[in-house]
Order: sequence, then structure tokens, then C-alpha cells
Amino acid sequence: MKNLRARLAPTWAKASIPVYSIVLAFAVAAVIVVISSVFTDSGFSPLLPLAAYGSLFAGAFGSGTGIANTLVSAAPLMFGGLAVGLGLKAGLFNIGVAGQFLVGAFAAAVTGASLATAPTIVGMPLAMLAGAAAGAAYGFIPGYLKARTGAHEVVTTIMLNNAAVLLLTWAVNDLVRAPGFSFPRTGEIGQSALPILLGRNLHLGIVFAVVAIFVIRWILDRTILGFEIRTVGANPSAARYAGMRPIFITALTMTISGLLAGVAGAIQMLGVIGFYAPGITASVGFDSIAVALLGRSDPIGILFAALLFGAFRAGAPLMQIETSVPIEVIDIIQALVILFLAADLIVRRVFRVRAPKVEITEMATVTGSWGAGTPPAGSTG
Amino acid sequence: MDVSALPRLLWDFVVYLFLVMPDLLPIILSLATPLALGALCGVLGERTGVVNIGIEGIMLMAAFFGYLTGFALHQPLGTGVALALGIAVAVATGAVLGLLHAWLTVSVRADQIIAGTMMNIAAFGVTGYLNRLVITPSGRGGAGVITPFHLPDQLASLPLVGPVLAMFFDQGPIAMSVIVLVLVSQFALFRTRWGLRTRAVGEHPKAADTVGIDVFRQRYMNVIIGCAFAGLAGAYLTLESTGSFQNGMTGGRGFIALAAVIFGRWTPLGSFLGALLFGTATAFGIIVNVRPAEGDLGAIMKSIPTFWYAALPYLITVVILAGVVGRSTPPAADGIPYAKEGKG
Repeated sequence: MKNLRARLAPTWAKASIPVYSIVLAFAVAAVIVVISSVFTDSGFSPLLPLAAYGSLFAGAFGSGTGIANTLVSAAPLMFGGLAVGLGLKAGLFNIGVAGQFLVGAFAAAVTGASLATAPTIVGMPLAMLAGAAAGAAYGFIPGYLKARTGAHEVVTTIMLNNAAVLLLTWAVNDLVRAPGFSFPRTGEIGQSALPILLGRNLHLGIVFAVVAIFVIRWILDRTILGFEIRTVGANPSAARYAGMRPIFITALTMTISGLLAGVAGAIQMLGVIGFYAPGITASVGFDSIAVALLGRSDPIGILFAALLFGAFRAGAPLMQIETSVPIEVIDIIQALVILFLAADLIVRRVFRVRAPKVEITEMATVTGSWGAGTPPAGSTG
Repeated sequence: MDVSALPRLLWDFVVYLFLVMPDLLPIILSLATPLALGALCGVLGERTGVVNIGIEGIMLMAAFFGYLTGFALHQPLGTGVALALGIAVAVATGAVLGLLHAWLTVSVRADQIIAGTMMNIAAFGVTGYLNRLVITPSGRGGAGVITPFHLPDQLASLPLVGPVLAMFFDQGPIAMSVIVLVLVSQFALFRTRWGLRTRAVGEHPKAADTVGIDVFRQRYMNVIIGCAFAGLAGAYLTLESTGSFQNGMTGGRGFIALAAVIFGRWTPLGSFLGALLFGTATAFGIIVNVRPAEGDLGAIMKSIPTFWYAALPYLITVVILAGVVGRSTPPAADGIPYAKEGKG
């Protein structure tokens, strides 16, 4: 027993704050639900949070379909979480996952539709590749601008998110609109869809996602590139003195990050949505940020965080139907989780956790690149 | 296309801009208003060293709670009183969220960008949650809008001067107040003791601390005042501009405001000009549809799809950021939490 404890101690040291943050977020959200229950049809009810969380859990894990839905929702979040997490490792905050997700989904939809009658073994990989390439290209733009001119990726990626929505709407309206539908959309993807593994909807995407988790983990921990990414994130000046190329690493990291977000869009498109139409929303964008922060940018952490938020997304509709607690409570819980992670002081007070001997720094590296601190890489030229 | 036609097309374009100016100018300021107020929030915060990417979320929350107030009270109290209270509530919402942001970034020393992200997600969640729970089921109409002031026709119809006057005076009270707020902030930041302290804290907090300036207090004060401006921007969106609330209706304005801050090199006046520029880009996208150009120019402009015009402000923001940011210097301590010695 003691042996097991000793072995789990380092893991728990890393996981305790995220776990406590989730607990605290649920508790605070419960208070909000109780207070706002006066607006529901049934009136004030202090037990509403229990009922709501009960149906949330039942919706996510209560049945085979529920579990399948959880995994299906978790798959794009794993890619999205990796996209944000990888950026954070290099000191970059990619809020552009929503936009990169959309261009990836669009490219996969168009490619998939044009190969709808080709065998799955041809059409599906090509559609995935198209999504990955589109996402990578859309991630490269802010990465290159950051590296070359210092334009902060937080603002540029948000702008590119908005631009993506508008330009893709135009593209669907004017360029690739499929004939025979009453509204602008792309054609059927037919054979290019991701094969179903189990039941009605559990598609191959979850397998890709888990593989990606371990590939990124391997890259970060075992390759020179991963070492360079982490060094540039921790200390760009030191990285430059050590002969690394922060400009190149910054642009490359954003490109890989965009690629992962593009794949997230592609698997969502080929596994769930099936066609691109204006107005498809990408809650994956914001969710991915929460996933990466909750997972502390660590691929294994992201795996579990994505499963958790996937469960939220899968269970929330049932919760809204059964208890009329709005789906948006999920966003509130996410925000609270981030709040408690960012201000872990609160969590430490409540749960009496001692501060770690070595400061965990993933949470504190992003703002440094805002302007102050390090000059934009390459500004000397 | 024939190259020799270019000068004529350019001339046609200038004539076109001149012709649509009476329509263009008034909407520029109304489009720029939330951006300018958001940018003021950014300037005041970053001048003391606190980055706030949560402006978007604060605007959204204030827009919602201001609207909720007007929505709940406009029948018992009448539209005028309800709107005034709505604006007050929106500003107060901004200030309270500013207090939260200041506490997180100054006292807890949380990462400022993550704190801002939290604000944005929370705002999206809270407003969406309450919108679905409170406003949608009631099925009632909006909260009413502030009636804009109208320029007397004699003035508005003056050639050249008329449209310019209309730009500033054919507006509601919030849009008109922006100019005053910008000028006052500009003066305060560079000509008053408060401004000097603000800039000292943003450039070199340690030195400011040494000469007896309370760094924490200054940062708290600026972030809260700034976020009150962001709250006013929210009030503008629901109570002066549209009279209704939609989920996520801020539509990235808080982030464009951040770009305006950088464009304006962290000055109120400069960022106002940035906001006007983005307002012009958006207004242009609207006007080309409402009053299309004629002749060859019209044919070319019509061949550019509407959505490209709509994406223009966002693309311009990216280009400007990339072009301007390398040559502008933020406050030296921007984004860096301050820890007193011995307390770190």
C-alpha cells in the first residue's frame, strides 16, 4: 500500500490541482444553478444541481450510445487540446483553433465530396490530408507573422477566425455549392466518411486521436524538435544563444498546431457532420483551450481532459431536456475550471494543498510574449 | 484588364467615395464606438502593465446585464428611466469584472492572458445560460433603444460640412460621449499626476514603488476604470445600437479593440483613430451593397463577393498588426505581474 502511494505521489502532485479545480468548478456552478432555478418552470429548487449533474452523467456514460457520444465528442477535443497545448509549450497561445478547425473541416468536406465514390481507403485519407494541410496553412499565417513581425498571435488568430467564417461562407455560396439542395452546402462525402467502429456513430477518429496523443508526447519528450519547442517556450533568448532558431520554431509550432486543429475539423467533418454549411459552429475552439489548460499542456493530461469535456458535450443535451438547465452551464464550468487553475491560490486555500517545491510553469508563460519581456524574434533584422 | 484604365478607375473610386460620404460618415462613428471604448479599456490597463484580452467578454457581459435591466424595467418604469438604469448597470458590470481581472492579475498574479481567456469563456457561458433561461422563454420584445439625436436639416444639408457634422452629432449619447472620453483620457494620461503615475507603473513598477507610488492600487484603479469603459461599450451594443441581445453578439470587437490599442501605440487618441479606421472598413463593406457604384468601377466592385467586404476589417487588422507592431513599443512592464521584494 505504501509502495503504491509512493509511486502515485508524483502523478498526484501534477494532477491534484486540476482535479480539485474541477471539483470546485462543479460546486460553484451548482450554486449558480440553484440561484438561477427561480427562472425555471418548476421554480426554486435547491436540489436542481444534483438532478442536472445526474442527467449530465447519465447522458455521457449511462448507455452504450452515451459512451459512444462521449468518445466521439472527445476525439476532436484531443486534437484541439494538443493544438493549443503544443503552442503553449512553445510559449504561443493559439486561440485560432476555431478558425483552423473550420478550414480543416471545409477542406475535408470538399475533398471528401469530390472523392465520394472512390474507395474509402483512398478518399478518407486524402480528405484527412486536405484538412490537415488547410489547417496547417491557416496556422502558418499567424505563426509566420508572429515570428517575423511580432504581431501577437492572440489577436491575429482571432481575426483569422472571423475571416474564416466569412470567407468559407462565401466559398460555399459561390465556389463549391452542391446542386440539388435548398441551402448552400457541400456535397455528400459518401465513401470518404470515417468508418464506424462500433454501434451507430463511434467512428475511427478516436483511434487517430489517441495515436496523435502518443505521437505528440513522443515528439515533445524524445526528439530534438520537441526539445527546441520547449526551450523556445521556456526562454527564447537562451534558445537563441544555444544556436536554435526561435523564428523557425515559432512558425513551425504554429503550423503543427494549425495542422492538429485542421485534423480535428476533418475528423468531425468526416465522422459526424458530413457536409459543410455556413453556420456550423465550432465549440471545439474554446473547448480546446480549456482542455489544454486543464491537461497542463501534457499530452496524457490532455487525453483525460478531452474525455471529461467530451462527456460534458455528450451529456449536456439530456441535462437540458430533463432538467431545463441550459447547456451553457458547460461553458460556465469550463470557465470556472480555468479560473481555479489560473488562480490556484484559491484551490490551495480550500483544499490545503502545499505549494510545489518547483513552480509548475506552463500556466505562466503566455503573457510574456505580449510585447514586454522578449522583443519579437528577428526584430534586429 | 487594360492598365491604362487604372487612373480613370481610381478617379471614379474617389468620386464614388465623395458621393457616398453623407451615408458613410455617420455609420463610421457608430461602428467605431464600441471599438474605441474597448480600446480605451486596453490602453488604461496596459499603460499600468496589465494586459486584458477579456475585453470581449466584459463587453458581452455588460451588454447582457444592461439589456436585462432595460428589458425588466421598461414596462414598470418607462423606457427612458429603464435605459438610463441599463447603462448604469452595464458600466457597473464592467467595473466589477474589472475588479475580478485586477484581483486575478495583480494580487493573485495569474497569467494575464489566461485570466482574460477565462473571462471570455465565462461571459459566453453566463450570458448564453441566462439568455436561454430568462429572456427567451418570456417571449417579450426588447428593451427599447435610445433615440439618437438628429441634426437639424438645415445643418445636415450643408455641403461637405453637413456630413461631417452628422458623423459626430447624428448619434446617440454613448457614441457622442466617446469623443469626450477619448480627449479626457488623452489629457489625463499625459498631463495629470494620475497619468504620470500610470505610465511610471507601466514602465518601471519598481522605480514607481521606490518613490512611493502604490503599484497595486494604481493597477487596480486603471483596470477597473478601463473595464467600466468596456461596460459602456456593451451598453452601446444592446441599448443604443440594436435594442436586442444575441449570444456572442460582440463578434470579436473586443479583440479588434486590442489591435486598435497597438495601432494607436497605447495612446487614447491614436487608438481612437485605429477604431475609426476599422469602423471605416466595416462601413465601406456595408455601403458598397446599399449604394453600389456605377459603370466600370461598379462592375469591378460588384465582382468582389460581399463576404470579402465583410471580412475586410478582420484582414486589415491582421495586416496592420503585422505592419505596425514591429515598430511600436509597448509599456516596458506590460504583462508582467509585480511582486514586492520579500513577498515574491
